Amino acid sequence: MRYLPLTPDDRSEMLARIGVAGIDDLFADIPADKRLTALPDLPRTKSEIEVERVLGRLAAKNTPAGSVPFFVGCGAYKHHIPASVDHLIQRSEFLTSYTPYQPEIAQGTLHYLFEFQTQVAMLTGMEVANASMYDGSTATAEAVLMAHRITRKKTAVIAGNLHPHYRETVQTLSRMSEHSFVALSPRPDGAEDILAAIDNETSCVVVQTPDVYGHLHDLRPIAEKAHAAGALLIAVVTEIVSLGLVESPGQMGADIVVAEGQSIGNALSFGGPYVGLFATRQKYVRQMPGRLVGETVDAEGKRGFVLTLSTREQHIRREKATSNICTNSGLCTLAFTIHLSLLGEAGLRRLARINHANAVKLADMLSRVKGVQVLNKTFFNEFTIRVPGDAIDVVHQLAREGVQGGVAAAALDDGPRELRDLIVVAATEVNTEEDRAAYVRALTEVLT
Amino acid sequence: MNRQGRPTAPIEAVSTTPRTFTGNRALRIEEALLFEIGRPEVTGVDLDEPAAFTPRLGNLERTAPIGLPGLSEPETLRHYVRLSRMNYGIDTGVFPLGSCTMKHNPRLNEKMARLPGFGDIHPLQPASTVPGALELIAELSRWLCELTGMPAVALTPKAGAHGELCGMMAIKAALAARGEKRSVVLVPDSAHGTNPATAALLGYRVESIAVRPDGTVDPAEVKKHLSSDVAAIMLTNPNTCGLFERDVSAIAEAVHAAGAYFYADGANFNAIVGKVRPGDLGVDAMHINLHKTFSTPHGGGGPGAGPVVLSAALAPFAPLPYVIADAGGVRLVAHAGDAGKAKPLGRMCAFHGQMGMFVRAMSYMLAHGSDGMRQASEDAVLNANYVRAGLKDLMSLPFGDGPCMHEVLFDDAWLDGTGVSTLDFAKAMIDEGYHPMTVYFPLVVHGAMLIEPTESESKASLDLFVAALRDLALAAKRGETDRFSGAPYYAPRRRLDETRAARSPVLRWVKPSPRSEAAE
Repeated sequence: MRYLPLTPDDRSEMLARIGVAGIDDLFADIPADKRLTALPDLPRTKSEIEVERVLGRLAAKNTPAGSVPFFVGCGAYKHHIPASVDHLIQRSEFLTSYTPYQPEIAQGTLHYLFEFQTQVAMLTGMEVANASMYDGSTATAEAVLMAHRITRKKTAVIAGNLHPHYRETVQTLSRMSEHSFVALSPRPDGAEDILAAIDNETSCVVVQTPDVYGHLHDLRPIAEKAHAAGALLIAVVTEIVSLGLVESPGQMGADIVVAEGQSIGNALSFGGPYVGLFATRQKYVRQMPGRLVGETVDAEGKRGFVLTLSTREQHIRREKATSNICTNSGLCTLAFTIHLSLLGEAGLRRLARINHANAVKLADMLSRVKGVQVLNKTFFNEFTIRVPGDAIDVVHQLAREGVQGGVAAAALDDGPRELRDLIVVAATEVNTEEDRAAYVRALTEVLT
Repeated sequence: MNRQGRPTAPIEAVSTTPRTFTGNRALRIEEALLFEIGRPEVTGVDLDEPAAFTPRLGNLERTAPIGLPGLSEPETLRHYVRLSRMNYGIDTGVFPLGSCTMKHNPRLNEKMARLPGFGDIHPLQPASTVPGALELIAELSRWLCELTGMPAVALTPKAGAHGELCGMMAIKAALAARGEKRSVVLVPDSAHGTNPATAALLGYRVESIAVRPDGTVDPAEVKKHLSSDVAAIMLTNPNTCGLFERDVSAIAEAVHAAGAYFYADGANFNAIVGKVRPGDLGVDAMHINLHKTFSTPHGGGGPGAGPVVLSAALAPFAPLPYVIADAGGVRLVAHAGDAGKAKPLGRMCAFHGQMGMFVRAMSYMLAHGSDGMRQASEDAVLNANYVRAGLKDLMSLPFGDGPCMHEVLFDDAWLDGTGVSTLDFAKAMIDEGYHPMTVYFPLVVHGAMLIEPTESESKASLDLFVAALRDLALAAKRGETDRFSGAPYYAPRRRLDETRAARSPVLRWVKPSPRSEAAE
């Protein structure tokens, strides 16, 4: 087997050196009646060519985003990733390294994580950010628990237009950790009254902007009401590119900002691995989950970086830790920070403008299709249309016409009937004039 | 001297190393922070400005600058390549980090994960356009169930600790379905910190079980703690001392007799693949770190993937979404309403879990096959015992001289009186070109050194590794403390001041104020 360097002779020599007769003597502690005598009922070893054949056949059955006019979003977005990003993250020293517990030989990882934390803090308008979470949804659930710890209250108010998967993730963790929540109903028209749901029992308010239907929210009045009630505002961003153009949640008064960072540097990959961003105010840093990198000096006085404030973490505090979390999204974090360094402020702003411009064009074109209505007054690169009939059917028929037209709201959120004729449509820099024309043509076809 | 007059042989050895103007040392090049070299107006991505249009942002357009620096493409490459060279990876050398399983990462797996049919598909595309993705998930499930002897697997957890959370949630849900609410979870004191942290996160009180003098858990001790208030035991097997819990069946029986569940921490499953199945040992739930046993890359601390195999008792509570494969083919269950008689505990995260890791793990499994995976476990155990045999006369084994599994645990008793600590010893290993072993874990052993060579090391590599550690051990015993107390001497950084970092945390770059710049 090509991955295993020991030869049969090596093995015999080594067993002799150890002083046992055979390999099974080393497994003697396994109860004899439980030990397997035969190999598992699975295929035997395969060459590279054979593995490529098997997996290539499966991959070929799927329709890649890059192969068709593509308008699917809702928390994962098809963006262009510069070639240098994927080259750099595959460097052995990044790919095959571990959590930087030995900082003297992990300065590469620690250095880029320090830069990542700074970039995330700047982008979200917050004071500090951690070294990342699993993804946006789990970051949101952790933010809610953090707010409970800070406010010493137990009820979260969840905006109705929070991504349904995020809502369910928060609900699952809240239920299981014996906290309560008030989940508001979806308002695809964007006219949600979050303020009315806040009271003195509220520990935090979770609001997504742009929300899952694409509407932008001014967080300032929500922050004001939340703070007056002794609650925190948790802002959720699932399309991080939006912050190139839209006011940051930090500027609008958020106390914790969580986001999905996939859009910058990371492939769609059927939903993971992605990278959760987590930022907050300096005063809450000791209640934060996840890893943090801090600056220090070495024995010669040279600047260097280490993991810090780890007394919050499970390997030190065990059952008293702020979270059970033990990894971050290392390599996805690296992809994010490389892509964002390439973009810089000028590039990010332009990328955001292109996304917005493409969405505006598409919304105007689709709104002219007979029977189609665009629900949004405001949006960034994603908006919601109402179509005559069942939106799940329409999306399937569009796919048959060779256009990935978006996400049927009722397929995403298994709830209210009023979602059944809605499609959430995303546009990014990858879409061309021809793609948009193809969408209009296909939708017209499907609806007639 | 050649014909150009260029010297072609060194003239004489220089005894002291001169300082350099840049602070660089040839291939070891210092690198500034992005914020010190980048500029907001520079970009390494060429994009065309869109034609004029009317924005639909309401009044929410960003007005103030963000402050993000940009780099051109060549500057970007140089920045990150230089940073990469300050890192130690598996491809650099021996990485014997116990409990972390730093085995070879086959590049075929990277190639497979990047096939457009896997890497460039959206989690919310209509299922009819991603049948191959669903088949891959079903196939991975089949392999994991077969290898563990368990009937079901929840694939969505994003890391080992997330898998623990999922498994323990399933236990809590199963108890609730029985109309019971129990408040205690038993955790041996040798466990990973994630175990008690997970239990506490779900509101359980953690009761610690002391390990017996041989490093394993005594069923009699477990029985003393069992009651109708105990929800589960969380037991790592093989355990963090590198030993197989030989009384695991008795522990499982006692736990089940008390109406509790057996959660197994599968962090060390890599030692026993093809040798024994957790399902045959009475396990109710066990997470599998795909980044350990099935070699998806650690990537500097993530992303991981932590699927959880579940017993028949817990399977109905598996989280959404999941894939079902039956005679009718493969289909996705995304909502509770489609789950039939099952009672999903909810959702662990958005979308389908770490698909990129599923592909890599599948590629690893297909390449190894059943025979290769068993061989990998055997070689991992063989290598660890070979290191044990090579070092046991100089270093101290806390639990006696018996075989270990895939990792060998030493304590620091052998360093008594040398003035050298476990940390010093680890740092001196860095100067020898090795990544240190896991140190000070597990907590049940003083000054622990946990060495996991993995199956990826050749005999020659281990021979040199053992010789180097023997040389260091003898130096420590001879009192050559300088080699240790100042180590590492040759790493990109000398020892770093962690106390200072924690006392006044600097967690981000801030633009120096003009005054402080003038003061420099």
